[in-house]
Amino acid sequence: MNKKIPIAFVVAALCVLIGGALVGVLAAIQYLEPTFLKETLPFNRLREIHVTSAISWIVLSATGGVYFYITKELGHQIFSGKLAVFHLILFILTGLGIYISIFTGNMGGREYLTFLPVLMIPILLGWIVFGVNYFKTLLANVKGWPVYLWMWGTGIVFMVFHLCEANLWIFDHFRMNFVRDLTVQWKSYGSFTGSWNMLVYGTAIFLMARIKKDENVARTKIAFFFYFLGLTNLMFGWAHHIYPVPSQAWIRYLAYAISMTEWLVLGYMLTNWIKSLSAKEKKENFFPYRLLVITDIWVFGNVLMAVLISIPAINHYSHGSHITVAHSMGTTIGINTPILLASATFMCSCINEMILEKMQKTLSYGLALFNISLIVFLASLIIAGSIKGQWMYSENSAFYSVLTEQIKPYIRYFLFAGIGVFVGVTIVAAPVLKFMTAKLREA
Amino acid sequence: MENQDRPILEVNTNLYRTILLVLVAVFLCYTYVVYTTKTETDIPQMTEEALRGQILWQENNCTACHQFYGLGGYLGPDLTNIISTENKGPQYVKAFLNSGIKVMPKFNFSEAEMEEIVAFLTYVDGTGYFPNKQARLKNTGWVELKYKKTRNE
Repeated sequence: MNKKIPIAFVVAALCVLIGGALVGVLAAIQYLEPTFLKETLPFNRLREIHVTSAISWIVLSATGGVYFYITKELGHQIFSGKLAVFHLILFILTGLGIYISIFTGNMGGREYLTFLPVLMIPILLGWIVFGVNYFKTLLANVKGWPVYLWMWGTGIVFMVFHLCEANLWIFDHFRMNFVRDLTVQWKSYGSFTGSWNMLVYGTAIFLMARIKKDENVARTKIAFFFYFLGLTNLMFGWAHHIYPVPSQAWIRYLAYAISMTEWLVLGYMLTNWIKSLSAKEKKENFFPYRLLVITDIWVFGNVLMAVLISIPAINHYSHGSHITVAHSMGTTIGINTPILLASATFMCSCINEMILEKMQKTLSYGLALFNISLIVFLASLIIAGSIKGQWMYSENSAFYSVLTEQIKPYIRYFLFAGIGVFVGVTIVAAPVLKFMTAKLREA
Repeated sequence: MENQDRPILEVNTNLYRTILLVLVAVFLCYTYVVYTTKTETDIPQMTEEALRGQILWQENNCTACHQFYGLGGYLGPDLTNIISTENKGPQYVKAFLNSGIKVMPKFNFSEAEMEEIVAFLTYVDGTGYFPNKQARLKNTGWVELKYKKTRNE
């Protein structure tokens, strides 16, 4: 396989990360001041560009990492280099198609998958191609797969499943019954986030094993126990998203029970790994290591929030409020993004051992700004969400404008902190992007 | 792996493969039941008019700003029960659709399209409550929802 393919995936991912974060700032400004850009890019498009970019960042960077680690780090010959090129071109062109669809207002209108439904076909094809390449490369060549290979494979298979399930609404059996439609829609989103988490957490475990120079990190019984626990959550724990929806009660009971184990998976593994890491290994992989330590801290914060809002009595007040946003953004920004940036910087150090030393000062400043801003960012959302939760069950809940005025100061903090997150992420991502772009241009 | 000090642990592939197969089998059965099970309330099929309203809802990506059952964007209010809320209802909805406000875009729907959107919102309103103010919170952390109309009623 052309060694530039994985780098091209990560370059595209870093571009959408920076662009998507900028659009997030614009959306936050519009949330605060609704006339801002309203005529050219209304909120119903701006929000979707931001969401699409965030999802694309996760998917593209994780995919690039998997290709890179399989070929360069694990030393396998990819089944078909041509399929990998086709996969890249397909995803880039479909990505452009999605942005055009949203910009021009030709939308399918399903949350998270707002673009024209027909664009699902190339996305699905891309994942199938990725799956064929992945399993054909590894099934015959590797005996006794470490857990990260199981996780990447699971992520790919369930992503295909999710993409099919998310489109069942086109059939009357689902579409004509709103509650069933909503239930299946959020079931598929459970698989969706679960699938990308499998790809991202698999990457985290791969990095741990590499930094510690101990493959057993990914081969212990406890590693597999947590993999299966995560998979169980992916399959059956999704219904905490729809506690207020009048679906069958047993679906929600089951999700309540299973959700209580959520997020402990990665937190446990990272904690144990950090404890056992020697000072020498920390120094050798300083920046990727720091990013993973940060992930560990954010995991604990999110574990706490996820477990709390999965309790129906708490969810009753937090659901439909900014607390849910704090949870989803805390996960994507606080957990997935540092892991994927750790992966991108680790890739840089694999290409050029000295490069991170040169970048270290800049990266450290960016990381500090990112973390401080994210604390304020999430705190603002949690406070705004608490106010909304209280408002929903109050006497004057008929007047939305009352709520909007009440939460305005916190949305202002959220905006300023969002600018900090954007600048922090850009300071970290830009030098990595510059380095990788230069590698792409090399003959 | 280079510099691997400790011996590499064996992975019990057969055991893990079996666990995976069992989990996938249970998941597929569970998925079938979720797809085919009846809902808690006796929800009628959507009418053709409501269905056209839903298409308009999706084409204009209303979910970016509004929610049903708390699911969607937060720029505008949740619309699950907008039709049955006191002092609101169909006329209130129509007034917003084409006049626009500071926050909401000014749409250009025909009268028939506005009727279709109202039909869709009326249908959604009939499926349940959000926020569910009459729900009962249990000591176990569970919440017993108040339904609009259960199958036994």
